[in-house]
Amino acid sequence: MNTSDIELPAWVEVVLIPVLNILMALFFAGLIILAIGENPVEAVAIMINGAFGYDEAIGYTLYYTTNFIFTGLAVAIAFHASLFNIGGEGQAYIGGLGVGLTFLLLDKYLPAIILIPIGIIAAGLFGALWALIPAWLQAYRGSHIVITTIMFNFIASSLMVYLLVNVLIKPGSMSPETREFDPSGWLPFMHEILAVVGIEVTRTPLNLSFILALICCVLVWAYVWKTRWGYALRTAGQSEAAAVYAGIKPKRIVIITMCISGALAGFVAVNEIMGVHHRLLLNYTAGYGFTGIAVALMGRNHPVGIIMASLLFGVLYQGGAELAFEVPKITREMVVAIQGLIILFSGALALMLRPLIVRLWLAIKPSPTLTQHG
Amino acid sequence: MHEQQITGEGNSLPLAIELKKICKRFGQVQANRDIDLQVQRGTIHGIVGENGAGKSTLMSILYGFYQADSGEILINGQPATIKNSRDAIDAGIGMVHQHFMLVDTFTVLENVLLGAEQSASLDKSEANALEVLEHLSAEYQLSVPLKSITAELPVGQQQRTEILKALYRNAEILILDEPTGVLTPQEADQLFRVLKALKERGVTIILITHKLREIMDITDNVSVLRLGEIVSTHRTADTSTAELAELMVGRKLETQHFHKVDTADGESGIAVNNITVVDDRGLTRLDDVSFEVKRGEIVGIAGVAGNGQSTLLEVLAGIQSPNKGQFVINGHIVDASAPLGPREMREIGVQHVPEDRLRLGLIKSFTAAESSVLGYQNRKVFNWRFFLNIKSIRAACVKLMQAFDVRPPDPKLKSSSFSGGNQQKLILARELDKAPSVLLVGQPTRGVDIGAIELIHQKIVDMRDANCAILLVSVELDEIMTLSDRILVMFEGRIVGTVKGSEADKTTLGLMMANAMDTAA
Repeated sequence: MNTSDIELPAWVEVVLIPVLNILMALFFAGLIILAIGENPVEAVAIMINGAFGYDEAIGYTLYYTTNFIFTGLAVAIAFHASLFNIGGEGQAYIGGLGVGLTFLLLDKYLPAIILIPIGIIAAGLFGALWALIPAWLQAYRGSHIVITTIMFNFIASSLMVYLLVNVLIKPGSMSPETREFDPSGWLPFMHEILAVVGIEVTRTPLNLSFILALICCVLVWAYVWKTRWGYALRTAGQSEAAAVYAGIKPKRIVIITMCISGALAGFVAVNEIMGVHHRLLLNYTAGYGFTGIAVALMGRNHPVGIIMASLLFGVLYQGGAELAFEVPKITREMVVAIQGLIILFSGALALMLRPLIVRLWLAIKPSPTLTQHG
Repeated sequence: MHEQQITGEGNSLPLAIELKKICKRFGQVQANRDIDLQVQRGTIHGIVGENGAGKSTLMSILYGFYQADSGEILINGQPATIKNSRDAIDAGIGMVHQHFMLVDTFTVLENVLLGAEQSASLDKSEANALEVLEHLSAEYQLSVPLKSITAELPVGQQQRTEILKALYRNAEILILDEPTGVLTPQEADQLFRVLKALKERGVTIILITHKLREIMDITDNVSVLRLGEIVSTHRTADTSTAELAELMVGRKLETQHFHKVDTADGESGIAVNNITVVDDRGLTRLDDVSFEVKRGEIVGIAGVAGNGQSTLLEVLAGIQSPNKGQFVINGHIVDASAPLGPREMREIGVQHVPEDRLRLGLIKSFTAAESSVLGYQNRKVFNWRFFLNIKSIRAACVKLMQAFDVRPPDPKLKSSSFSGGNQQKLILARELDKAPSVLLVGQPTRGVDIGAIELIHQKIVDMRDANCAILLVSVELDEIMTLSDRILVMFEGRIVGTVKGSEADKTTLGLMMANAMDTAA
């Protein structure tokens, strides 16, 4: 029986099924932990405590969450135009180049109040430009965007190595990174902001970008669902033929959407470079771009879902690090395996349980009425 | 394989199929309720009903695509469990789908063999099959060139391939789902001759259709489905089209007759001059087409699907631009060097009801309100600064729904939750509401319930009487004949004939559609 057309109540779709998926992932993760002779319940407790147990843990969790929100939104908005942007990683990386160039050129001359907005714009602009090329190739030359964005990740990576080793490297330094930016232009840390209003918390990498991430969620939501541009985007994503019929130019939608997507991914650099490292360095994107795909999948490409999924991945990153630290037998790689299971069950197998639940739902819900549809 | 059965006085014949109390529910929708159906062996049994009445569900249960929630199926008197199409084939049931299940790049022979190869060596299977098939084709007058590539054959022959496929699998019961939808009247006649030959050799045929005339012409018995239930089963000889239509809709229907405008003397709405369109693959879609549509007249384009009508509509609507030639639409000259897009066309008062409502006309996942502004999403009334003004969009949608009796009148409901007729009414409402001076209409009533057809036809004629120039494309010849003041016939991208609406007759049009008219005529 084909159950994909049968509608379930929203709470089943967006709460029950995802929770069941995570529980299933945890069950299998538990089996692995059992197999190496550790106690799975204890492991979960360490993980949760490591993610939420004290203010430093919360700071780190939300710092990771920030990155996932940016890359998750980037994948999601492209998805609504039925574009699969796998290039978040490269776009985030090149976003950093934008920030780096801005600060290296201007940090001695401009006050933070001007420098920071320019840095944010530069991150978005560079990310957008890195997405623009695959978008143009897709729209006007028919090169598949999945392939080109993957390739552009590699190009970005090589380009950054070249620039950091040969061009932007701090003179006299052995390590491939730029000089540290002038502290006046650093994005304020949350612990600094909270200290101003009298709340003392432990020092963590969590910074103002978290607020920027939440603002982006609202903006993406409003753009996609509340404006005529978002209407055009969703129309083109659902049916190119219908878009043409409606006077919408699908090629233009591809270009605009990918630029927005790239800019969102580029904002990872705001968090990492402007907020934490304060210098441009190698590989700071650390796979956030790829994890964004899983985040968007889990979050059903909706900003609210993406915040939740990002939080979950924040917990996995921070709690997982904690777990690897506390229980020596559970290595860093093991934690990655657990993350992989969660991605597998919530992303790739997200619909596995659905037919079962539909049947259960049909069996227990109120008696049917005769209605006439299509 | 086929026993001889004497057809004629019905009731004593053994039953090929007996359905008892079949029920099937999809979520909230009871698609089939307590279906009792008896089909006598060696007869043609018609099943009619509106869209969504449950015909397809019932046949899908019989063919194993779905399982019934409850009820019993008996084949030749024996209880049968049909879990998938293989079970159905084993039980001697064959199905010819509305959209053919053929691999376009395979030969007819390969298509027939697909899934029924008798040995690992394809050559050996083909040799065996060739013999059987030649015998079958001869027996049932089903001539199909077995070695030809399927895609290169006319639709009628593709359909015969489907029938051969079923017979090759020893089908004694043949289900045909809307078989004449894609055929010219002449091809349909040929099909019916084949069906009669099959029947004479004892094959049982179930014919699903919404064309009542076919039911009257060819079936022995007919069952009417409405809202998932069988409301009547008659011997065809004892009933009439009027009675069947009434049973299908559940109320009395009046036959529609519209006054025809014989010689429109309004100014020109569309003037097409020598338009040629060649597609990406180098195929000529429109070949030097010229005609005119005046204000206050409906010009209908008749033709078998795929003879350039769709391209013509798209060109006039601004979706494609012509390679050669030009046209004047509502006073604006359009050619390859000065194309107008769909958006500009809307702005100059050219409205377009597209042929394929699900692909073009609306977005299934959008709400009715969102779909009701498709193409007009940039208009000031629907926007407030950066944002869509959802309140005004909903209010406008409710107004459209009231004007065209769209049910349920709920702008927040998903577009896909409406029946085909109500979707079509919403699209028509959206376009007619903009007071077009040129209206392009494609397949206005495809997949639309009889009840809704009345209203849609009336609204189109009202537009004509309001001095709109209307170009109508439809594969339903009856529809073209009912509505058009002038009929143009298209064949392979050319206009091969023009007939006055008041003088049109089906035979002439049918011959023109197959380009079989003598050039002298």
